[in-house]
Amino acid sequence: MDRWISRLLFLAACSSTAVLAAIALFIFKEGVPIMARSGLGHFLFGTTWAPLDGQFGILPFIVGSLAVTAGALALGVPLGVACAFYLAEFAPRQWVGVLKPAIELLAGIPSVVYGFMGVMWLAPLIRNHLGGPGLSILAASCVLAIMILPTIVGVSVDSIQAISRRYKEGALALGATDWQALWRVQWPAARSGILAGVILGMGRAVGETMAVIMVSGNATQIPDSLLDSARTLTANIAIEMGYAVGAHRQALFATGVVLFFFIMILNTIALRVARRRF
Amino acid sequence: MRISPVVTERIAKTALMLSCAAALAALVFVIGFVLAGGFRNLSWAFLSQPILDMGREGGILPAIVGTLMMVFVAVGIAGPLGVASAIYLAEYTIEGRVTQTIRFGINCLAGVPSIIFGLFGFILFVVMLGFGWSILSGGLSLAAMILPTIIRTAEEALRSVPREYRDVAASLGASRWQVVTRSVLPYALPGILTGIILGIGRSIEETAVVIFTAGSAVQMPHSLFDSARTMSVHFYLLAREGISNEKAYATAAVLICTILVINTTAYVVMNRMMRGKRAS
Amino acid sequence: MPRTGGGLEEKMQTRVKGTSVWTSLALVGLLASSGCSRSPGRSVTLAGSTAFQPFAEKLAERYAATRPGTRVNVQGGGSAVGIQSALSGAAEIGMADLLQLPDEAKALKATVVARDGIAIVVHPQNPVAVLSADQARAVFSGKTANWKVLGGPDAAIRVISREEGSGTRRSFDKLVLAGEALAAGALFQNSNGTVREAVASDPAAVGYVSIGLVNGKVKALRYNDVVPTNANVVNGTYPLARPIFFLTRGVPAAQVQEFIDYVLSPEAQGILAQEGLIPAK
Repeated sequence: MDRWISRLLFLAACSSTAVLAAIALFIFKEGVPIMARSGLGHFLFGTTWAPLDGQFGILPFIVGSLAVTAGALALGVPLGVACAFYLAEFAPRQWVGVLKPAIELLAGIPSVVYGFMGVMWLAPLIRNHLGGPGLSILAASCVLAIMILPTIVGVSVDSIQAISRRYKEGALALGATDWQALWRVQWPAARSGILAGVILGMGRAVGETMAVIMVSGNATQIPDSLLDSARTLTANIAIEMGYAVGAHRQALFATGVVLFFFIMILNTIALRVARRRF
Repeated sequence: MRISPVVTERIAKTALMLSCAAALAALVFVIGFVLAGGFRNLSWAFLSQPILDMGREGGILPAIVGTLMMVFVAVGIAGPLGVASAIYLAEYTIEGRVTQTIRFGINCLAGVPSIIFGLFGFILFVVMLGFGWSILSGGLSLAAMILPTIIRTAEEALRSVPREYRDVAASLGASRWQVVTRSVLPYALPGILTGIILGIGRSIEETAVVIFTAGSAVQMPHSLFDSARTMSVHFYLLAREGISNEKAYATAAVLICTILVINTTAYVVMNRMMRGKRAS
Repeated sequence: MPRTGGGLEEKMQTRVKGTSVWTSLALVGLLASSGCSRSPGRSVTLAGSTAFQPFAEKLAERYAATRPGTRVNVQGGGSAVGIQSALSGAAEIGMADLLQLPDEAKALKATVVARDGIAIVVHPQNPVAVLSADQARAVFSGKTANWKVLGGPDAAIRVISREEGSGTRRSFDKLVLAGEALAAGALFQNSNGTVREAVASDPAAVGYVSIGLVNGKVKALRYNDVVPTNANVVNGTYPLARPIFFLTRGVPAAQVQEFIDYVLSPEAQGILAQEGLIPAK
């Protein structure tokens, strides 16, 4: 009886790997042929995306995804880690019970609501004060930063709290102020855990679609600056999939393949980094 | 010029507090924005009327029902499957090649962008298996998406139960399964429920997956094979086509209130369960 | 402690067992009941053009009100999804708003159910009020890059377009660009509504939307000195318009044909006209 249960549980555990394999199968089946046909180099590094002319270079979208993600991290990581340290160390006990769920609530707000607010409020603000079309990498980065904030804060708080109290107490006993203990002892110790959280956030930022479509402008050229419009890999798939046939459709699946590898690489790095914690 | 450590400390603490305040300000702003735009339309009528005139009139009852049904399917499938996987990983194996592969699979699945779940769901459930645009297709795709979250949190919860609980039961002659269900699961329940609630939250806010697999029908769904829209999809379509900003905001307000209620319930339930255990 | 702990444990365990039993029963019940109520015979599914989707939903609402028991589902996805769904059978009716149907749609029967005009729009504060065909082509292909050439302020023109496969976009390309490529730096939005929002908030932007969607937030330009109104499309003086097709494969089932007939009826065409489309006749 126990063995049957053990087998059933094993099957259940394999389910997620099975789903992943199925997804990979579908995406690769549709996408790899066209990458082979137009040449991997042309596909990845070609700068022109003109599907109706048979041109399938996705470099502008790779740049777009990287730019938007980097921006989101630049804004979200300092804010998130600072928040986490405040919550873990300096906030009054009673408040933490309210503050932490409040920040987690940010994660529950649908991405399309953020996107809509970005279009109605953030993009015009950027355009009027900083120039450019407003619908830009900067707008997308801001929106994404708020979206990944809860992930970073959550994981960072856990990492900080997982460090033994003795590290901090030792530092304080040696005469350090709270801040010195934090900066010189706790931060280095929690760094790898926080990094794992950052990589989780990065994955979320790379994969976000709806909000980015609404605020990034979706231009098909390589962007010149943060205030320029850009299109991400996910946005490209979402925008054009409904309309694509034949080679165009395969090219979109091929974009999915690229995304897939991107995520797998990120995850492997995250695993290595998190393991170093132990 | 050296700044005294006391001054650095004060500056640093203020800076940290300000960043927390900034994050909260963002939250308050977003919620305020949505509520301000939509609260005129919030009423019992809004919640209980069908969608009329492309969404310009009426309420969002079909969207609410659609959301509930889809979440039910998603959690109904991913919940048991995820907890079972977590039990296997935490209780029945030791770290080795097999578990590493499984974990890699889970982590990668967690990182797959939602749009790819949408495509996958469309090809597999809508077209190949012939379910069409339906709550079933949507629920299944959402289940695949929230599975990693549930597995991860459930496993954490199971692992955090102290060893002694298992050892005591085992020493009394219980089989592995009995040890798990009687000694470990009850104590891991709060953590597992958190994971499920996270999954529910994710399903409610997801838009891309749902549009691709469950479509966007405005009528009240009567069965799992009917197409339906969720509140997120309704909001997206209203806002996107510029049909009615007011109704859109109102829908978003309902959405956010739902998430608020779910999150708060989660915390209350968890706290009560934890308190109950600590008392014993 | 053991007694309290055991009691709590048993309560928890029973609760876990009880909940899981009820959940599985409920799930089975739901699935079973859903199997019973699936009746494909009385439902019609439309998929395709996002421009026509809201109108189709409105007509479906009216239609279903008079015929209880019939379900008419409207999905979006875009004109190409409409063609593909009709071909694959995922939908009984594919909706497409294209000037000309592509080759793959040749196997389908196309019925024109409405016509929709396209208006070029700018920000209300933009002094430019009219574009000739040549000027429009130059603006949207990027050859004219600054508003001052057209009598407007000294600001770079920002082109906002629909995505590559949209029916509105393809029709616009054929009618206005006539072979030229779209401006390289154009921004893209994926629906009429968001194009309108983007133009409404940017004084330097220019875009195009369905005539029916022009409201006080944007200003519609005269094309070749003709005001974009449905009346002018009907009398032929305003050329930017495209038909909206219902695509069906083979002989449509009875309830499908009934719905198409309804959409072509005077009552339905009147509703479409009221909402800003142009009737098929």
